[in-house]
Amino acid sequence: MRSLRRRRAGGAPDIPPSRLSARDLVSEALAGMLQRPARSALTGLGTVLGVGTFVAILGLTATASSQIDSRFNALTATEVGVRDTAGGADPQLARQVPNAFPRDADDRAGALNGVTAAGVFWPVPLGEAAAVRSAPVAGADGERIPVVAASPGMLRAAGLTLGSGRAYDSFHDGRAEQVAVVGRAVAARLGITTLESRPAVFVGGHPFTVVGIADGAERKPDLLLSVMVPRGAAERLWGPPDNAQRARMLVVTQLGAARQVAAELPLALRPDHPEWMAAEPPPDPRGLRSGVTSDLDQLFLLLAAICLVIGAVGIANTTLVAVLERTGEIGLRRALGARGRHITAQFLAESAAQGAVGGLVGTTLGTLTVVGVSALRDWTPVMSPLTVAAAPLIGLVTGVLAGLYPAWRASRTQPAEALRR
Amino acid sequence: MTGTRTAGPAGAPPVVRFEDVGLTYPGPPPVEALRPCRLTVRRGEYVTVVGPSGSGKSTFLNVAGLIDAPTAGRYLLDGIDTGALRDRDRTALRGQRIGFVFQSFHLLPHRSALENVLLAMVYNGVPRGQRAARARTALERVGLGHRTGHLPTRMSGGERQRVAVARALVAEPSLLLCDEPTGNLDTATAASVLELLDELHADGLTLLVITHDPQVAARGARTVAIRDGVLTEEAAP
Repeated sequence: MRSLRRRRAGGAPDIPPSRLSARDLVSEALAGMLQRPARSALTGLGTVLGVGTFVAILGLTATASSQIDSRFNALTATEVGVRDTAGGADPQLARQVPNAFPRDADDRAGALNGVTAAGVFWPVPLGEAAAVRSAPVAGADGERIPVVAASPGMLRAAGLTLGSGRAYDSFHDGRAEQVAVVGRAVAARLGITTLESRPAVFVGGHPFTVVGIADGAERKPDLLLSVMVPRGAAERLWGPPDNAQRARMLVVTQLGAARQVAAELPLALRPDHPEWMAAEPPPDPRGLRSGVTSDLDQLFLLLAAICLVIGAVGIANTTLVAVLERTGEIGLRRALGARGRHITAQFLAESAAQGAVGGLVGTTLGTLTVVGVSALRDWTPVMSPLTVAAAPLIGLVTGVLAGLYPAWRASRTQPAEALRR
Repeated sequence: MTGTRTAGPAGAPPVVRFEDVGLTYPGPPPVEALRPCRLTVRRGEYVTVVGPSGSGKSTFLNVAGLIDAPTAGRYLLDGIDTGALRDRDRTALRGQRIGFVFQSFHLLPHRSALENVLLAMVYNGVPRGQRAARARTALERVGLGHRTGHLPTRMSGGERQRVAVARALVAEPSLLLCDEPTGNLDTATAASVLELLDELHADGLTLLVITHDPQVAARGARTVAIRDGVLTEEAAP
């Protein structure tokens, strides 16, 4: 520099240009923001709210839809129903084939890979007169309790939990033994308190020994309000199911196997007439989840965006006021060798820092909201790492966008004008 | 161009050289704020420019301080023809070679005296490691070595103007350009600031002080009067 000063040559001399290093820019921007802490906090509030809402909404929808998922996983996603559609449109065929499920339907379905339990069931057509009684007393009013023919596999597929006694098995079924499993409430209505005395129920006059009392059922909880009898005995005493309520099959699969099993079931059950079997796979939980998520997201993300716009307007307004208020400072900096672009960079950095800090605080508050709500509802909080990483950046971008116009105004300030203040 | 013989350290290289420099603000109607004039300030000189308000003092200050570009003539600062410079280079030259002292101090209220002085080195490429030491030296030079951490709002007017002088000195400028340096000060503090300027002059610094006050103007080794945009050299007393 000294040597340059001595050089008196005309023309364009080498003048080292003014510069503003990145470190100086950052410290100037932080100083500008921190010298008015209260105002900066109020300015950042809009960004805090916008980003916080954004994070909370994305987190809460992710958390809520993961709860929906787990419900599907536990029950519906592992359940396949099979309907008997033989003669659906042909009454003659329907009479010829009253029950399209073969005798060994449980074994055939159970042999499929991925099936954990499978069973056939149908409501027994008893007619008006026949009722369920606890004693063979003719004429006395019986309870109108439904009777369900259920294969032994059905009891396992329904996930019955037996409070006392046992479930009947394929031995009882094969021999058409007259045994029954009843729900706890049904047992109470029939006056059965213990199995020690080998109690019996009378269904339309036919005695059935109660071998088990069920306390709960994971699937088809309506079974608990009925008397369950083996398929063999039901067929021997009352014949095949009524055409109006044909037999159905419940197949429980391992997680993820349901759709594959559903595709294989008709052929496995009736290789000769697969068209008589209609397997109903569960709804795809992925499709369901994305439906729920996108509905909620669209509505609430709109709200978050509105908050962000309000936040941006807040920052823009305060920065503009600060630019007008700090005209003297701008003039001074220009006198000290700052170029217009240095002034732009400084005010832009200040509003960016403001937005980034607001974004960070907002992300923190949003995350805390998700965790808090999850704790209240006994949910597992679920958040995408992308959400947490992107949110402060959204604050930063908001700050930069908000600072564009004020920073441009600041750089246009004429130093001569500014120094007169 | 014939060299103008002036009082002061004759033979020293000129720091400021106005060659028929004038400034006309475009109208309508055009205002001739500074008539074309000649002025040479040599290194180590203490020159005062005196005139009433509205006489064109501010225009003269802006032109001499490279804040406004003249519309006529040539202005050479340290021998560099500023008319040929791009805006970028004029800004850099202003930051490196001219130290400003303003009537209203222009200190940042939320920063300490030291931080205000540091600001003068941010844009000039002074390495960060050297800045604090240089700023302390400058504050000691103006007699404020004990108040470096104070905020300007906690300082008297005289102290504030001393901080501003330290800020102007710290970048080692060729020219100290003072605009009404005592305008906001009472008589006693004004005297102490003027004494400081005298000391700086004695140290060899080049000073150009613009004022409306004839008593302040009398402190200079040479006085130039300005009236209605016309610059006239007065005889040394």
